[in-house]
Amino acid sequence: MTDTAYLLAAVLVAGLITLALRALPFAILKPLRKSRFIQALGRWMPAGILLILAVVVFRGEIVADPGRAWAVVIAAGVTVAVHLLAKRRALLSIAAGTACYILLLAII
Amino acid sequence: MAGVQDSVDPERRGQVRRGLVDSLGVGLGIFPLGMALGVLVVQAGLPWWLAPALSVGIFAGSVELLLVSLLAAATPLFTIAVTVFAVNSRHVFYALSFPLHRVRRGLPRAYSVYALIDEAYATYVLIPAERLTSARIVSGQLAMQAYWVGGGLVGVLIAHTLPEPIQGFEFALVALFIVMTLDAARTRREVPSVLLAGLSVGIAILAAPDQALLAALVLYTALLTVRFFMTRRGHTEEAAAEPSVDPAGDHEGSASD
Repeated sequence: MTDTAYLLAAVLVAGLITLALRALPFAILKPLRKSRFIQALGRWMPAGILLILAVVVFRGEIVADPGRAWAVVIAAGVTVAVHLLAKRRALLSIAAGTACYILLLAII
Repeated sequence: MAGVQDSVDPERRGQVRRGLVDSLGVGLGIFPLGMALGVLVVQAGLPWWLAPALSVGIFAGSVELLLVSLLAAATPLFTIAVTVFAVNSRHVFYALSFPLHRVRRGLPRAYSVYALIDEAYATYVLIPAERLTSARIVSGQLAMQAYWVGGGLVGVLIAHTLPEPIQGFEFALVALFIVMTLDAARTRREVPSVLLAGLSVGIAILAAPDQALLAALVLYTALLTVRFFMTRRGHTEEAAAEPSVDPAGDHEGSASD
């Protein structure tokens, strides 16, 4: 069994680094809020960051088990189709895509 | 609107309810991932309390899942520190657009920064800032952390009872980001951003497959910087060319989806 003190120290170290990475940028950006460059970046970034996150987790799911790539692609297609055809109800689209994936993995 | 009245203020209660509703969509992705974390902790031979400890002490999904395997292998603390720094440096970019100015100063704002997970960022950058309140954002984030911690505890229980858990729940995270991208990229105004992001992530996966997320974000920021200086030059030329003629038709509005 791993040493309790080691586990707690690891959680503390990882927690402090994560907190610093989240908090410091806000402190640094504060005086720059009025900058047109920072405002433009803030306006442009969300859509692109979301696409990047989507592609990275999509690829991660395939890399984790390449034999499931086809199921990942089909379930992603179902998610997109349900979202665009059923009036963009996020909960419904996510549930449909995930249920499709679970079923595909279960039947093979 | 302070003191005793605060707790019964119906406006405030409505905002808390909105926050809870906001959290439902991402909750579908967070809860199963939390379960996966709990299962992994037990399967790695680590004590069960590590699941809630990670989810409260760090609260960053991908790094927690990674830490389980690092801790099980008794990785040195320095290596853990470097890994966490590398995986979580993407949070630096969230400060540019997360509506933190809508959150009340003091404890609520401190919590909001601490709990700024990908899903919280994704949820609240998609809602116009003027419609957001402190109570709404903070209760949404509290709910997300509750799903994560709760999912972890359920996962611990499952690992102790079921021999083989159902597979595939983690796809909810993929579906979640797909749906959010579709919602963020609805207008034609977003086309350049989406194209540049697609280019960035494509190059990042080819050039740095192990650090694709961070590489894509750095590249995307660089491309947006180039875009800023190019469009600004374009704007000053435009402004000089045509003074104040308002176009008859609204170009962006004419192409509805």
